[in-house]
Amino acid sequence: MTETSERQIDRSQMQVSDEVAIEIANMNKWYGTFHVLRDIDLTVHRGERIVIAGPSGSGKSTLIRCINRLEEHQSGRIVVDGIELTSDIKNIDKVRSEVGMVFQHFNLFPHLTVLENCTLAPIWVRKVPRKQAEQTAMRFLEKVKIPEQANKYPGQLSGGQQQRVAIARSLCMQPRIMLFDEPTSALDPEMIKEVLDTMIELAEEGMTMICVTHEMGFAQAVANRVIFMDQGQIVEQNSPKEFFNNPKSERTKLFLSQILGH
Amino acid sequence: MSELHAQTVPFVRDTMLPQQPPPNRETGALHWLRANLFSGPINTILTILGLLIIWFLVSHFWDWFAHSVWNAESLTQCREIIAATWGEDARGACWAVIRERWHQYMFGFYPRELYFRPIIAFGFLFVALAPVLFSESVRIRRIVLIVAAAATLILSVMVGAPLPWLVFAAIVMIGAVVVAERNAPWLLIFSALYPLLGVWMLWGGSAWGELSVLASVALGWLAWRLSVRISPLIAVIAGVAVTLALLLFVAGDAAEDLQSLIPLDITAIDSDQFGGFLLSITIGVAGIALSLPLGIILALARRSDMFLVNKLAVVFIEFIRGVPLITLLFVASLLLNYFLPPGTNFDIILRVIIMVTIFAAAYMAEVIRGGLAALPKGQYEAADALGLDYWKAQRLIILPQALKISIPGIVSTFIGMFKDTTLVVFVGLFDPLKGISDFVRANFAWKGVYWEPFIFTGAIFFIICFSMSRYSMYLERRLQRDHR
Repeated sequence: MTETSERQIDRSQMQVSDEVAIEIANMNKWYGTFHVLRDIDLTVHRGERIVIAGPSGSGKSTLIRCINRLEEHQSGRIVVDGIELTSDIKNIDKVRSEVGMVFQHFNLFPHLTVLENCTLAPIWVRKVPRKQAEQTAMRFLEKVKIPEQANKYPGQLSGGQQQRVAIARSLCMQPRIMLFDEPTSALDPEMIKEVLDTMIELAEEGMTMICVTHEMGFAQAVANRVIFMDQGQIVEQNSPKEFFNNPKSERTKLFLSQILGH
Repeated sequence: MSELHAQTVPFVRDTMLPQQPPPNRETGALHWLRANLFSGPINTILTILGLLIIWFLVSHFWDWFAHSVWNAESLTQCREIIAATWGEDARGACWAVIRERWHQYMFGFYPRELYFRPIIAFGFLFVALAPVLFSESVRIRRIVLIVAAAATLILSVMVGAPLPWLVFAAIVMIGAVVVAERNAPWLLIFSALYPLLGVWMLWGGSAWGELSVLASVALGWLAWRLSVRISPLIAVIAGVAVTLALLLFVAGDAAEDLQSLIPLDITAIDSDQFGGFLLSITIGVAGIALSLPLGIILALARRSDMFLVNKLAVVFIEFIRGVPLITLLFVASLLLNYFLPPGTNFDIILRVIIMVTIFAAAYMAEVIRGGLAALPKGQYEAADALGLDYWKAQRLIILPQALKISIPGIVSTFIGMFKDTTLVVFVGLFDPLKGISDFVRANFAWKGVYWEPFIFTGAIFFIICFSMSRYSMYLERRLQRDHR
């Protein structure tokens, strides 16, 4: 478990409102004939921090990739910020510019500088003037504590720094929801903390977050709900306290004993 | 071992070691020779073998080059001079043929008093290309522009360009040097206009023809601009439709009317009069400039999810790649006449350019498809996740990276295509290698001269192709973004 659990987090500021940010109802997805997601029902309120855990191949990444339509679902409903995801390209683009996503392998654009990575989407999607986009980008780069790297290329940064740039790049679109797809799995142990700290800061500001991660310390410290998935289904969801101290299903117990047992 | 280990385990470093320079290596020429040429028995044998081959080649050809004759009026005279100077059995090169006929190798049958037009057009080509090829390195661009300006003006004076043309060339080229220092992107305006300007300078005739084409394109752009807010697709269709309609039905008559009102013409040159490197470079440059965008579109189409677009691209690419270029050239020169309405005057060089372009574009598409496939999927996903639409993602994220990966393949295709322009000899055009050489040998004075024209044209092809290759290496270095 990482040091994040030691950090004192002011949960009182992290208000969850009644407003629904994401609603997934009865959603199913297949890869060919393989049924990856089965009858997913999930409602996320604004300001919620949800951690999705589960063994590999359980469909957790696929689930959050459905939320911004990187993957298409075949039945059921996904409504993000009141916009239903259908094959309508306009809706998809609208949802994508509202939802930020951070990937396991950062996926920064290697041919652009850090600053250009951060200003590209605001300039070309939101039509923000370049000057203003650069100011915003610098503000977020300061927030993730790497303003001095703004004119370097991603290849010159460490993994942790790249992931923080990726977070800043998403934030520059001023998203209302952030999705994290195993943001620390590709990082050296020494760099995990700097990324988690950035994510905790975001949570403290009330960002709606869904995070697929194996960092159980982060889940305990930040999440207000932990979802456990296996074989494409939601097996258990509960508050982190209950989830870790008092898991209900046998599958969850086995999973927890395996990842916490050493 | 275990005792030693036991002693070393309880150890705490109290000072960190500073960096030290690496140990001095053996240096010097002798060391280099030993390391690179004589490092082992096999390397030594190969080195000696290599030296022997080089010696054999040099000794074989040395006399021939050393016995060069530059001043003669015919091959027979050349041989007499060689025999008189170096003895009866001596063999020697007769470069006199190049000295006397170099202009045909360069310009074909272009009128001699108008040589300045292709020269200035070629000089302008560098002005048009400089902002595209050297957008990032100010120093190289400056050198290219200054050298091109100086060479163009000197050569134009040497071939006797009239004063107004000299002034025009001087204004454009010196202006380009100045603009490049102040605000280089403005040069791109010239790059955009260059195709029409170049065509007008090479073929001559009324400038109203080119101006009416320009006006048609400008009006098409206006149509695109006005409708782009409604829908990007409709705007593209509207723009293309307006341009094509104007070109087909209005531009020709308008140009004639305007010409009769305000004459704006220079001596018209027929495509038959083109030849030599003027022909090769015209076809090559046009083919290169057109095949890259067409290749990109084909590559994107081949990776498209849309069934019909995808299949059409596959059929086009596979068909064109499966057919020899000569077949396409024959189609261009012979078969097209059957399909076109009688009396249509469809320029042979234009037909050849179209065929060479689609041939190169099919190869280009596959090269670029390789670059697209080499990009990690994450790049597409990140672009999608940020809300970029397909075209923006392609233009800003995917293509810059895919094209960079494909540079060696793209330039190889360019080089291959440029050399393939010699095949136009089969449709009756005078390429430098065979067309012009056969023409030169048809004269009794130069009957039987083979090696010298081959070496001469070969050397020029080599210089051009080698420059392209070096440029591609420069560009790759320039675009290197990691490990800096």
